[in-house]
Amino acid sequence: MPSVIADNLSKVFRVADKQPGLLGTLRHFSHRKYRDVEAVKGVSFSIEPGEIVGFLGPNGAGKTTTLKMLTGLIHPTAGAAQVLGFKPFDRKAELLRQITLVMGQKQQLIWDLPTLDSLRINAAVYDLPRTEADNRVAELADMLGLSDEMTRPVRKLSLGERMKCELVAALLHRPKVLFLDEPTLGLDVNAQNAVRQFLRQYNQQHGAAILLTSHYMADITALCERVIVIHHGSLKYDGELRGIVERFAPLREVTFELKQDPAGQDFQRFGQIESTDGRIVKLLVERSRLTGTVNRLLHELDVLDLTVSDPPIEQVIGRLFEGAEE
Amino acid sequence: MKGIKAPRHQGTKGLDIVAHNETLGPSVPWSLGAFLSKSRAFLVTYYAMMVEYRAEIVLWAIATCLPLIMMGVWAEAGASGHFSVNRVQVVRYFIAVFFVRQFTVVWVIHDFEWHVVSGRLSPFLLQPIDPAWRFYFAHLGEQLARIPAAAVLFVLCFFLYPEALWGDAQQSGWWKPGVVNVLLMLAALHLSFILRFWMDYAMSVGAFWFERISAAHGLIYLPYLFLSGMVFPLQVLPDVLPGWVYRLVMWTPFPYMMWFPAELVSGQSLSAGQIAWGFAMLGGWCVAMYGLSRWAWRVGLKHYSAMGA
Repeated sequence: MPSVIADNLSKVFRVADKQPGLLGTLRHFSHRKYRDVEAVKGVSFSIEPGEIVGFLGPNGAGKTTTLKMLTGLIHPTAGAAQVLGFKPFDRKAELLRQITLVMGQKQQLIWDLPTLDSLRINAAVYDLPRTEADNRVAELADMLGLSDEMTRPVRKLSLGERMKCELVAALLHRPKVLFLDEPTLGLDVNAQNAVRQFLRQYNQQHGAAILLTSHYMADITALCERVIVIHHGSLKYDGELRGIVERFAPLREVTFELKQDPAGQDFQRFGQIESTDGRIVKLLVERSRLTGTVNRLLHELDVLDLTVSDPPIEQVIGRLFEGAEE
Repeated sequence: MKGIKAPRHQGTKGLDIVAHNETLGPSVPWSLGAFLSKSRAFLVTYYAMMVEYRAEIVLWAIATCLPLIMMGVWAEAGASGHFSVNRVQVVRYFIAVFFVRQFTVVWVIHDFEWHVVSGRLSPFLLQPIDPAWRFYFAHLGEQLARIPAAAVLFVLCFFLYPEALWGDAQQSGWWKPGVVNVLLMLAALHLSFILRFWMDYAMSVGAFWFERISAAHGLIYLPYLFLSGMVFPLQVLPDVLPGWVYRLVMWTPFPYMMWFPAELVSGQSLSAGQIAWGFAMLGGWCVAMYGLSRWAWRVGLKHYSAMGA
């Protein structure tokens, strides 16, 4: 049975519509206008136990709203959600003991106390005996490379240290389903790597299902074999990460280095020019014409080196969103 | 192993949790052991948090000195003989009111509003325990942290009005409330805190609809100020207003939040029947406010938009 099922999930928010200025303020006071914003429109997917799924979309696409519905924080306007066989909005203790939601910049740790004090509460809330709680804290701290940070007031920690401590607090009860909303937001490269490694290790050790949103494609490419793309509240793609390249990037990148300066050469006849940098040229070529084009390049030009690759996933997804905007 | 070697060695005794059993097993959220374990963890942690704010707490304790100001006003009025209470009774009453006030301050509406607006309520909603308990134990932690400041101010009262201890020409004799009365006062004091907590919590839940709900606290604060006995001893009401007003006031929850616990030790004018009636009213209003807050919570949760999170 899937760990997470979203079945035609929709969410409509009613928001006040106010014009700027004094007149707008007075009108808003006397004749308040509202409009409905469809944040999520009939999104359906499921996630199996142990699966790590990237949940992608530009700002305002509906990712966080979907996560909030799946965790039971907000009630869907239509459709249904099921997590580990429970309806999230019922907020049954049996479900809450098995899930967690980590939000990049939102903390559950008590700001003025060391992390260990917050963990003391979490351990009691989840009915963990002392020795078990101590073992789990030690294990998680070891995986995240935390030591003295646990006894310093949270307000004195760097963003990266705080995020790692948040992860310890969020995972102390060993949840089976993790909803992670921008867990690496604002972290430096080293901290991002540490969090990614930790999540992979946690997933492998505990077989947890993970739904991860991130604006850092490195998070997605490092962790997720499957991605779900959402835009303007609608699901645009659900499948393998590499499939997204095949589906939304019909062009491949051909990079070659010439023996001599290519002054006056017309590369347009081979494909779309992506960039030229001295003797190094990058072209975008349709997949169907790739073999023929490479043959022609090797025959017609004095090529020292040639590589063929997919364009970076960031570029593909960026284009996908741009296309959706149009 | 790098990283921490079980945080136990850090001098904080690690996660010093009272284990109610040694196996994880299925959840038993309301076994006595689990309840005590949770209560202890919350209380110890929130006390530690409030100790971090000790400077503010001293200021809060001083800011709740209104009963001492009113004591100065009413001490003179009591001495005039125009009311049914004399100077010593008034002074003892307001010292008791000051004591009760120190341990019944409730600020949940401001804290709850901040948690809703900042999105910090969301992680707590995803834990298998009602967030109300966090707020409740935060208040208890604050009360514990307030004890030293309150004690200093309490002793100061007797320096300013030593007649509270040994009486004066109008009313001679030491102030000896008796152990039973003190215990009854402490019980009434905590029930009064519980009543105020759930009353304010019911209002706090309005943040699910209106976000900025703390201003609504003023609606309750005004009747609380005048009908709780913080500004004047309620027994003087019949001296200045028709008797039915006094009887009506006694059906509201407010007199039991301040006047009743204070009167248990100050005037000792309450009969056994009146004491029983006072506790019945306190208990009844506690149940009513708890029920109201739980109902408001269930309804309000559907309006929560988890903003800022």
